[in-house]
Amino acid sequence: MAKRRRYCKFCSDKVDYIDYKDVRTLSTYVPEGSKMTPRRISGVCSIHQKKLSRAIKQARHLALLSYIPS
Amino acid sequence: MRKYEVAVVLAPTLTEEEVDQSIETFQEIAKEKEAQVANVDNWGKRNLAYPINKHTEGIYVILTLEESNAESVAELERRFKMTESVIRFLTIRVDLNLKRAEKIKSRRDSKKRLNTLSEDNNETQTVSVAVED
Repeated sequence: MAKRRRYCKFCSDKVDYIDYKDVRTLSTYVPEGSKMTPRRISGVCSIHQKKLSRAIKQARHLALLSYIPS
Repeated sequence: MRKYEVAVVLAPTLTEEEVDQSIETFQEIAKEKEAQVANVDNWGKRNLAYPINKHTEGIYVILTLEESNAESVAELERRFKMTESVIRFLTIRVDLNLKRAEKIKSRRDSKKRLNTLSEDNNETQTVSVAVED
């Protein structure tokens, strides 16, 4: 695969608060209900990865996202 | 003033009337503890990502509360634990997050202003050099 320049999508979109209710955004970082995409692959910066992982865990608790691969 | 977001997942076996009724009781509990209910968002029935207590669907309700202490939230959570029709709940304090987001935003805006200012300075400098030549 050709090397692409990765960038933090949240930084370029200027997202300051990642909401657990926004399942559509979150699910792009949890492919098919499996593990969260690591930073080295998705290119998300550390600040946003922290917020993202918290939001994903909150969404999982409320059964908006699954814990196990479907 | 603190701002809380209380998300509740209710069992799908409840009828619409029962859902409205339970939402009202939640609001009453909050008001009793001197909290203001800023917003009530009823998402209706949604599929759960995984079964909880053999339910495959859930009714999502999101309450936004404003209060000066955590009393109403504590009371609500105590009630949720006792109520069988509540299958999941999650409380989040959002005012700090929103405040932080605003701070970052203002910092970014001021940075942008600085950048445009320095660009203007550069332009004036080049102009003055041209005059000297």
